[in-house]
Amino acid sequence: MALVLDADQQMLKQAARDFVKKESPVSRVRKLRDERHPEGFSRSMWRKMAELGWQGIVVPAEYGGLGMGLTELACVLEECGRNLVPEPLVSTLGLGTSAILLGGTAALKSELLPRVADGSLILTVAYQERGSRYAPNRVETKATRRGDGVVLSGEKVLVLDGHAADSFVVSARASGAAADRQGVSLFLVPRDTPGVEVVRQSTLDLRGAAIVELRDVELPASARVGEEGGGVALLEATLDRATAALSAEMLGGMQAAFEMTLEYLKTRKQFGVLIGTFQALKHRAAEVFVEIELARSAVLGACDALDRGAREARSLVSVAKARCSDAAMLVGYEGVQMHGGIGMTDEHDIGLYLKRALAAEMTFGDAAYHRDRFAALSGF
Amino acid sequence: MADLETFGSETRSWLDANCPPSMRWAADGSGDATLGDELAWGGRTAKYANPETKLWLDRMAERGWTAPTWPVAYGGGGLDKDQAKILAREMAALRLKPPLIGFGLTMIGPLLLEHGTDAQKKRFLPEVCRGEIRWCQGYSEPGAGSDLASLQTRAVLDGDEWVVNGQKVWTSYADKSDWMFCLVRTDTDPPKHNGITFLLFDMKSRGVSVRPILLISGASPFCETFLEDVRVPKDQVVGGVNHGWTMAKALLGHERSMISDAFSESRDRNQLVEAALKHVGAREGRIDDPILRDRIAQLTIDKVALDLTIARTKEAAKLGHQPGPESSIFKYYATELNKERHSLLMNVLGPQALGWDGDGFDQEDLQATKAWLRSRGNSIEGGTSEIQLNIIAKRVLGLPD
Repeated sequence: MALVLDADQQMLKQAARDFVKKESPVSRVRKLRDERHPEGFSRSMWRKMAELGWQGIVVPAEYGGLGMGLTELACVLEECGRNLVPEPLVSTLGLGTSAILLGGTAALKSELLPRVADGSLILTVAYQERGSRYAPNRVETKATRRGDGVVLSGEKVLVLDGHAADSFVVSARASGAAADRQGVSLFLVPRDTPGVEVVRQSTLDLRGAAIVELRDVELPASARVGEEGGGVALLEATLDRATAALSAEMLGGMQAAFEMTLEYLKTRKQFGVLIGTFQALKHRAAEVFVEIELARSAVLGACDALDRGAREARSLVSVAKARCSDAAMLVGYEGVQMHGGIGMTDEHDIGLYLKRALAAEMTFGDAAYHRDRFAALSGF
Repeated sequence: MADLETFGSETRSWLDANCPPSMRWAADGSGDATLGDELAWGGRTAKYANPETKLWLDRMAERGWTAPTWPVAYGGGGLDKDQAKILAREMAALRLKPPLIGFGLTMIGPLLLEHGTDAQKKRFLPEVCRGEIRWCQGYSEPGAGSDLASLQTRAVLDGDEWVVNGQKVWTSYADKSDWMFCLVRTDTDPPKHNGITFLLFDMKSRGVSVRPILLISGASPFCETFLEDVRVPKDQVVGGVNHGWTMAKALLGHERSMISDAFSESRDRNQLVEAALKHVGAREGRIDDPILRDRIAQLTIDKVALDLTIARTKEAAKLGHQPGPESSIFKYYATELNKERHSLLMNVLGPQALGWDGDGFDQEDLQATKAWLRSRGNSIEGGTSEIQLNIIAKRVLGLPD
């Protein structure tokens, strides 16, 4: 196991921290919101990230990337999480790139991955449907054979960064009942394909999400990603990587929200004393610290296991997401409570972290979902 | 390097040739539960139910390997760090039980090595290494628990002897120990931490009496120790008069890490699942009670996260990094988690958890119930959870007093 970052990883993380601190203070997210920016993130920032090589971190060198692992991606995402950076990294690198890496043909990889790496392609996965909650096997979108190709019909919701994506990897069912594991395949759907309609959804954390309508969307046979009928397994492996990436982002968010709260405890006075002297608050702050440290170990463990291709990687991903979901919510709740009245105001940043914590918790499965999955994977 | 390799192969063959069969752990971990009875605690009055326990102790002590890194002059093995690592590795590989355990090796011995006088080292350490002296720790008092520094046991100098009066409580194995190391108040005037002295005395001294404590879980190793005009020679002070608090802090840190180590290395990770399958049953491979199943999953996840954190700390230490702030959470979290595990096990056992002894209950159920009661003390002994949180708040988070 490698649970301690090596010198190169620490350097990457420090560079990301410096960049985020300088280029993306939380005020940038507020500004994007207040000016009702149509995309909710900045294309010029996306390009700057590409210049740093971030989009190429998990792309193999032969496709123009840096050929590094999730541990390195996590270093960058944790720092992004600290300042609520809204650019579509988790969707493009965690979801889209993972699906292509794990299931794409050589041709598909050559076509897409260099464009991911240079920042010219935003790629996401459209898998959730109304009522499907988090289950990747609950797919009602239909895939019907037509000639050599296939036709997709259905609706996907809460597609992560779907509003800005250039292409979608879409799950669709050719056979079986709505929750069967068999009969589902994944397909690459470019946004400009006739019959695709994208409607941006407004979510509490200001991030990008969209409804993707698929009305008789005709695709060539080459659009399929992965084995025919093997879509659920591929989707699960893809979601494992995306979930580890998201957990790293959550870790950064909780760390920043906690530091903000600690600072408040050390400066706010009531009854003539600093409120940080009150034991009722000290103990709760210490408990939050414990939860964050455990979450950090879980994220490091999950990323390391995925990078090693270890058998326990799936379980550890659920450990990380369950732990990060609970910890991020705890930090958010305690952050608002300890800030008191000011914590309830829109003016203060702590509320932005609470909102992001909830959205992240409900992305790729909440804590209870991952406990259930962990139990199933552990054989009980 | 070549020297170390030779040392390794010689060590392995000596260990393998000299360790009696019953002093090796079973490969499947069975019998670990009875470990306390099989291991040597040493002492003047020690009785060895298994003669091989004593044989293993004597053979290892002769080489100084009960305390491998202590100097040869004091009965230790004189091994350097690398050699000691190899010895530990070979013992683990052969699944050998430790030849000797107890506070002499883990607590008072290391303290004497660092702070004892040469005479004290010569007098006590060889006996510790040979397992001829068993120690107990006299810290807590009826009025000094978490607030240890408020202790009231008084020592007054009379000629060349200190005269000690007071009462100690929670002294583990006081009834089986030969000597006590303890904290006494030698000065009542200065701020309370400064007037404390670290003393050693023989439990056979006149005026020492011991009474075992019955816990909510039944019998326990804990005792009350009463000290009435106990006369302790001056040369049995460690670290200087009124410097006892510094000694105590050094030892407490050690005790905390021992307690969290003990919990982190428990081998029964699936005990909850096994018990649930037995008492609740399963349907389609799932524990047939969704709430218990969720709680078991939660707890197992928490345990994985704790283990990963411990692994992270060990890895950092191996790489030569200073211990990070995460190491401060172990005592608190490991003991809280252990309490939760035991209380969840009660819910899993359900009505079978109600037995105290006698008919209608498995031995395993009866033990589980007593262990549950005993576990409530985990977050009290060795520094309460509240004290641990205070320490984190102050030292790690820098919150103001």
